[in-house]
Formats: sequence, C-alpha cells, structure tokens
Amino acid sequence: MNTATVPTAPAVASAVPATPPGVRAGASRVTAIGYGLLLAALLAAPWLGVYPVFAMKLMCFALFAAAFNLLLGFTGLLSFGHAAFLGGSAYVAGHAMKVWGLSPELGLLLGTLTGAALGAVFGALAIRRQGIYFAMITLALAQMLYFVCLQAPFTGGEDGLQGVPRGRLFGLIDLSGDLTMYYVALAIVVAAFLLIVRTVRSPFGQVLAGIKDNEPRAVSLGYDTARFKLLAFVLSAALAGLAGALKTLVLGLATLADVHWTASGQVILMTLVGGLGTFSGPLAGAAVVVFIENRVGEIGAFLAGVTGIGWFAGLGESVTIVTGFIFVVCVMAFRRGVMGEVLAWRERRRAAKAAPIAPAATLAANAAAPAGAAAAPAGAGRAGSPASRPS
Amino acid sequence: MEILGVSVPALMSQVLLGLVNGSFYAMLSLGLAVIFGLLNVINFAHGALFMMGAVLTWMAAEYLGIGYWPMLLLAPLAVGLFGVVVERLLLRHLYKLDHLYGLLLTLGLTLLVEGLFRSVYGVSGLPYDTPALLEGATSVGFMMLPNYRMWVVAASLTVCLGTWYAIEKTRLGAYLRAGTENPRLVQAFGVDVPLMVTLTYGFGVALAAFAGVLAAPVTQVSPLMGQNLIIVVFAVVVIGGMGSILGSILTGLGLGVIEGFTRVFWPEASSTVVFLLMIVVLLVRPAGLFGKER
Amino acid sequence: MQRRLTALALAIGALTLAATAAQAQEKVKIGFITDMSSLYADVEGKNGAVAIQMAIDDFGGKALGQPIELLSADHQNKADIAASKAREWIDTAGATMIFGGTNSGTALATAKVAAEKKRVYFNSGAGTSALTNEQCTPYTVHYAYDTVALAKGTGGAVVERGGKSWFFLTADYAFGQALEADTARVVKAQGGTVVGTVRHPLNASDFSSFLLQAQNSKAQILGLANAGGDMINAVKAAREFGVTKTMKIAGLLVFISDIHSLGLRNTEGLLTTTSWYWDQNDASRKFAQRFFEKTKRMPGDIQAADYSTAMTYLKAVDAAKTTDADQVMAKLKSMPIDDFYGKGTIRPDGRYVHDMYLMQVKAPSESKKPWDYYKLVATLPGEKVFTQKADSRCALWK
Repeated sequence: MNTATVPTAPAVASAVPATPPGVRAGASRVTAIGYGLLLAALLAAPWLGVYPVFAMKLMCFALFAAAFNLLLGFTGLLSFGHAAFLGGSAYVAGHAMKVWGLSPELGLLLGTLTGAALGAVFGALAIRRQGIYFAMITLALAQMLYFVCLQAPFTGGEDGLQGVPRGRLFGLIDLSGDLTMYYVALAIVVAAFLLIVRTVRSPFGQVLAGIKDNEPRAVSLGYDTARFKLLAFVLSAALAGLAGALKTLVLGLATLADVHWTASGQVILMTLVGGLGTFSGPLAGAAVVVFIENRVGEIGAFLAGVTGIGWFAGLGESVTIVTGFIFVVCVMAFRRGVMGEVLAWRERRRAAKAAPIAPAATLAANAAAPAGAAAAPAGAGRAGSPASRPS
Repeated sequence: MEILGVSVPALMSQVLLGLVNGSFYAMLSLGLAVIFGLLNVINFAHGALFMMGAVLTWMAAEYLGIGYWPMLLLAPLAVGLFGVVVERLLLRHLYKLDHLYGLLLTLGLTLLVEGLFRSVYGVSGLPYDTPALLEGATSVGFMMLPNYRMWVVAASLTVCLGTWYAIEKTRLGAYLRAGTENPRLVQAFGVDVPLMVTLTYGFGVALAAFAGVLAAPVTQVSPLMGQNLIIVVFAVVVIGGMGSILGSILTGLGLGVIEGFTRVFWPEASSTVVFLLMIVVLLVRPAGLFGKER
Repeated sequence: MQRRLTALALAIGALTLAATAAQAQEKVKIGFITDMSSLYADVEGKNGAVAIQMAIDDFGGKALGQPIELLSADHQNKADIAASKAREWIDTAGATMIFGGTNSGTALATAKVAAEKKRVYFNSGAGTSALTNEQCTPYTVHYAYDTVALAKGTGGAVVERGGKSWFFLTADYAFGQALEADTARVVKAQGGTVVGTVRHPLNASDFSSFLLQAQNSKAQILGLANAGGDMINAVKAAREFGVTKTMKIAGLLVFISDIHSLGLRNTEGLLTTTSWYWDQNDASRKFAQRFFEKTKRMPGDIQAADYSTAMTYLKAVDAAKTTDADQVMAKLKSMPIDDFYGKGTIRPDGRYVHDMYLMQVKAPSESKKPWDYYKLVATLPGEKVFTQKADSRCALWK
C-alpha cells in the first residue's frame, strides 16, 4: 500500500500552489465552525428526538471507523482484521465489567489496553510485509482470534456475553440512564477523535503521511518506518478497542458478530463511503452504514412510495443488496467518499478564487492538472502534498 | 497398525478425501491466481461466481431441462460472459488505481449477487442430484469412494494442468504474460491487449463457474455457498504465491490433505488451520511458496 | 462544508424523529424481530410476520378498542441489532410485546431488554433452553420448542425403538454442544451408549471426512447436532457415502424447510422431533392452506407457532383488559391454550408445555402430494419432554 496511488481527497486541486494565507485561515475557521455545529447538534440530539441508544451505537462505529482510517487513510495500511480489536476488547471489557465487577472507566481502559496489546502482536507480525500480504496476515490473525473466541467458554459462544451492567462511572455517576450514558459516551468519543486529529497533525503524523506517500524516501531520510508503522497500528487498534468496549457498555452485550470478518469488511465500507484520508469521512461513513443497517426497511418503503416500484418494499430484507450496491457505486463513481467529494468541491471553489491572484500558478496548474488526474500506473507521483491538510 | 490412535486404513481414507477436496481448492484458486497473476486484480467476487455456476446449473435443470453434462460447458460460458461484461463496464476503469479498489468493487459485486439470489431463492438451498452415470461408489481397498468424487478429482486436475500448460507453455500464454508485464510494448507489436485482458478475466471467471458446476451435486446449491470458501481460497492463493498458477494448484492439493489430517486429530480446528499456515508461510517466504515478489 | 455537516446531523435527527411513533396508551403493538435474510430465514423469516398478521386479522384487527399494530425487523443474526431494535421500539414506538425469533443469542438479548423494560416477551424461533432456565424472567414465554425437548424427544424415543448406539456429528459451537450434551444424557439414561463424537467447525463445506469417522464407529444411529446449512450438507454427504445404508440418521434440529430443500431422496428415513406438522389434522391443514396461498410455501412449525403465539397474546390482553405486562403475564400463566398448533398451559418458568411429535421422513414413493414429507412415529407428551421441575434452574419455578 505504500507505493499506492490511493488518491487523497484534493489530489487534483492541490496541484495548484498554496493559496494565500488569508484564504487558508478562512478555510480553517470554516472547518472549526463546522465541527462546532456538529458538536452542538450532538449535544442537543436527545432533545431533538434522536433515540440516544441509536446515536451512541453510531458514535461507537464512528470511532471505530476513525481509528481504522488512521491506519488506512493516513498511514496507507489496509488491515482486514480490525474486527479482532473491536470484538476482542468488547469481550474483555464486558467480562471485566460483568464478572469482575470493574467500574465502567476501568472496563473501558482495559478494553483499550486489550486493543493495544492485540495490535502490538498483530502489528509485529504483519508489518514485515507490504500491501496485500500485510492485509492477508491481518485477516489470518483475526480469523484465529475468531476461532479462539468461538471456543473460549467465557465468551458465551454464539449466545454472546450478555447482561453487562452499566455500572457507576468512577463509582459515582450512575450510567443506567440512557441520557447520562449518552453524554459520557459523547465525551469519550470526542476526546478520542481529538486525539486522532492531534496525532495526524503532529510531527509523528507527518512522518506517517510521508511513509504513506513514499516509504523508500522516508527510509532514506533516516526514519525507522517499521517502528512508525507499528506505532500507528497499535494506536489504531487501541482506539478500535475503546470503540468496542464502549459499545459493550452501551448495549450490554458482546457477540461473535463483533469478531467476524464481516465486521472488518463493514469498517472498510464505512471509511470508503465516508472518504479516505479525511477526518470527517469516517463519521459520515459510519452514519450512512449504521443508518442503512438499522433503517433499510423504512428506506425501502420510502423508495417504494416515491418511485412506485413495488420491489423496493421488499428491500427491508436485503441489507446485503443495498450494501453491495453502495460499495459498487462508491468505488466506481464516488471514490473519494462523501466527505472527500465535499472537500474536493470546496478546494475547487477555493482554487477558483485564488487563481486570479497568481496567473503563473494557473499555467502551472493547467500543466500539472492532467498529470495529477491521470495518476499514471508508472507511479508518476501524486499531487497530494503534505501542505494540503485533511479536514 | 495404528498411528497416534488412528488405524492406517482410516488415515489413508482421510488422505484420499483430502486430495478430493484439495483438487477442488486447486480448481477454485486457479481462477483467482490467473486473474491476479495476469491482471493484478484481486477478484473477491470469485465465491459469488462459483455460486452462480452452481445456481445456473440448477436453473437449467429446473426450467430448461438441461442436464449436468452440457452445463459443464454452458455454465462457464454464461458466467464467463457475465465476467466479460463486468470487466468491460466496471473493472477496466480501476486498473490504474490501487489494488484496493478492484477488491472493493468485487466485494460489492459479491454482496449484490448473493443478496439478489438469496432474495429470490432463500437460504436453505436447492437440491441437485448426482448425474445418473456417476452414482454409486467404488471400493478402493480401504474405503468406498463415491464415483462422483473421483470424477471431480479427474476433471479438476485435467483443467488445472491444462490451464497451467496453456499459460506457461503456449504462445497465447506468452502473449498474455507479456501483455500484463508491459502492455504498451506488446500492444506496439499489434496484439490487442485490452481484449486479451478482458478474455482472461472471463476465463478466470469461467473457471470459478466450472468449479460451481462440479460442486452442485456435492454441496447444497445455496446463495451463500461461495461465502465460506472465498477466504480459504484466498489463503490458498496467498500461500501459493499470488502470481503463481502452479503454486495455487499445489497449495490447493496440499491444503486439502493437511485439512484431512486436521479433521482426524483436531477436527474443530480444521477450518482455521489454513490461516495458521498462511501466517507461517508469509513470515518465512514473504511472496508465498512459489511466488515472486512484485 | 459546515452547512453540509450540520445538514447531515440534522437530517439524521429528523429522519429518526420521523420514524418515531407517538406514544399511545393501551394500544397493542407487537414488535417482531427475527432473522430474515441469513441462515435461518427460511425457518421463520418474513413469513413469520405473515403468520402473525394472519392471527391479528383473525382476531379482528382490534384490541381494547384500538387497531393492533405489527412492527417487524431483520436482526441479521446480530444480537446488538436485535437488542437495540427491541429497546428502541419500547422506548420510542410504544411496543407492548416483543416477539423474538430465531438465533439463541438474539433471543437471550431481547428477552433481557424486555424484562428490563417490563414488556411481555415471547419467543418461538430460538432453541436455547436457557430462556426458561438460568435466564428466565417474569416476562418471558418460550413458546414453540427448546433443545431439551428435542433431545428428550429424539434421543429418548429413538433409543426406545432400538437405536441404542449413537455417534454424534456436532457443530462446534455452544448450541451444537448443548444439543449433543442433552441428547447424550438422555440416551445414556435410557440404556443406550455414545460410541463416539466428532466436532466440526461451523459452516464446514465438506463433511466426507467426519462421516467416514462416523461410519467406522459402527454405531447404529448418527446423531446430527447441527442445524441449517451444516445439517443439510451433512445429510447429503451421508447419502453419497452410503452412511445411510448402515446407520439411521437422527436430526436433532431439523425443520420442514430443510427437508424441502434437500428432497426426499436424500432424507428418507431421517428421524426428527417437531412441535407441529401441517398435515396432522384438519384445523392444521386449513391454516396451512391459507398460509400457502399467501406465501407459496407450506408453514413450518415455527411459523405455525408464530400464529398461535400472537393469538394467545391477544386473547390474554383481551382477558386482562390492559396491556400492562404484569397483568397480561398473570393471565398467560393461568389460561389454558387450545388451538390447531397445540394444547397446553404456560408454566411459572415461562415454558409453554405442549406435545411434541417424533417424525420420520417418508420415502419418495410414499409421498403423495407436495410437502407430504413426514409420518408420525410417536407423540411425546409435553410434561415428559420439557425440562422437569427437579432439573429446572429457574428461580421463578421452585
């Protein structure tokens, strides 16, 4: 994946030389306002009639997708086994909270550590290889974990680990009320998300971007790329573990579906649909996928009503058809995902505004654009420069 | 005489059964290896195409009264045609991008095809009987082996070796291999590379469908029949070396035998042993047993 | 982008809001959630909802003066989807009864949610006997069958008829192992022997190797402690390898939809226990005909149970004059049930006790019409075949 030509969102537009500082600062302000509004909406959501448990489930998956995106979108490593971290931590945290009676924050901590530990083991084995081989090793390891979970008595097999109590946070705050749980979960997810943003924007994150762009170059610059990749892997796994543990706390159960390879496929879909290499992408992608999974019946009925085609009414039974269709559409026409397209649109507008100021740059842009757009198999480099910051 | 508590005849019959299964794996992973080796496309839809071959065989019997033997040729042709259409319309545009997109597209197609068939035919599966000619079993000394299974081995090995020969030893195969290594140059010599690529994809798909026809009398023809096999087949191709056709054939056979042994001594793990193998092989020989690092 | 993001967030909120129904007092709302697209879709699936709707229509469509509403959803064999859906229906849509379906994991999860929120919970599709044992609640009714009944039924009755030595082919997961353990216990208690057992991984594609081991064991009976696709493939391979020539197959969890997809040639002679068969009496045949007209398939025992469950619930609500769970449960555990599906009562532990039937699959020559698959071997009285009081691990039934 490291010599990959996965186009980052503003691949073409960033062929345009840096826009003037004023415009750039304006863009950051706009982004900040956007996130502020999203946070406000999330804070107000229960009062707007959004069902808190559904929203919490969505947030957990959004975190899972964001953690996965840290690895795929920002470091360029495709893992097929991320379900192992989600599910493995879900079981450990659930067991800790139910059987050992740990309080929620300790359970979550344990879940995160489990994710990190599994990530360290998987990573150590997988990092040695590249591309599809890396992906296959992660898949194989995840399958073995699935097998262990299937056999181990403490997981409850396919009955699952049920009846995990919400408990009292820090021994003080009773989480059994959905509203309290919602705000606690929101706080945790926001904190984790900020951690991801911080990581990507840090020097560490820049090195990761460099590795994704061109690993041999990073090596030649003296970076121990294996160590960086492993760290990114562990971080991603730890956050995925947090998502799994949080999900167990919210829903009160952990099942084999969490460790099955289809969950790994799901998170890939979420990231793809949302937009690789963007921050908000995984959030949007998770929203779309979870929404579809839970509401496909209503969507089908709605479509049947609107288009008058009766077959749609039966769509409720086929989440797979809908998911498959979205996959195909996204890959063919919508490769940058929802947020990727949004950001690209914004870049084009910004480029249109900036162009009159730097005519020479426009010429360069016209020359560079075809080269960027072609993304030739000869690996003619990607126009995605580190200067274009994902948002 | 007993080895580890199992009698020798019992062990030998398990090995034989393992070979039967192995030839199946070889057949399936062959198509995948051809497509990856020659086209650099990770065809996740292979399981769904395998299923299509089996379902078409059933449909032909049910609606058109066409029996097993003609379907051995017709099903691969039909599904191969479908593959050609997919390649032309969809896959073609993804070659210049990372492997990831080809994989995701084929994954999406798998979900679509399986979902569609399932919504029409349900999940329990459809019955398909063994063709009359191959009914019954023959004694091979230590066990009774069903005739149909012997036929499966014979057919798979013939097709596998035939394909290997065609690709490695014939002129057409040489064009194919050259065409994927350096399309521009080969095209400059007047060979229609895009057409070759399309036909190769179609051929790989047809191989999957052929395996489906072979499978129809053995396992229940169900929309989900490809799902369980696809990751095993992937593992086989990865272990054998992603570009190597001989690698997948030999690994498929080998895996069948190893699984056979596992089923005797540790049956619960027989579905997971392939992954253990994969990890070991990838750590020791990164490009697979017979592969060349790309 | 900020506009897009906010719009996205608000859209999600609005859509969810739109899907929220207003809370209505004393309006009967049944929330039915089962597997409609995966492994067990043919056993119950969306046709289960058809059966429930038939019951609602036959009841008159109204209860306590208000129209009865049926909500249904597909849990895709995922316990978290099932649990969230149940929770959501209770919290936002005013569901008065949660109707669980196939898959034991989801059944246990939804039963817990219902108990927590004090709503009546029925389950007809899942097999786990834990629903009325360790995990029993005051609000759970387990209606159709459970693994104990299957084990005692098939195991006991087969041993009684001379099938003394058994070899088990078990799916390697909790359900399969439980099925094997329960049946083995019954077999041994009745003087039979378990010659051997082999555990295969879930969704194994090839059973030839395991069947060979079964054949070499020289046991009389091959007990299949697996379900769905695994059971189907095992049966097919058993015939192919001639196992059926020397052993009789006892399917511990078999449904008529499985027989239908395997065909009689593959399954003739197979023994299995079921809670209902469409051809067993006139009333059943009438129901089956109506069901067939709607769905083009004969109902299996779970779907018939779905109809009976819904009807029983509605009658109980009518008798209690309220949807309040405690009062309805009191009525359910005191009123006798008698319809085409079965006759019996609901015990304090939530178990509906009714007769079960040991069936044998007919030979192709014996089958005179479509779906004519079973012949009755023995009727197993309910009080004998379900968990006995002495063995019960439910705190409510002491």
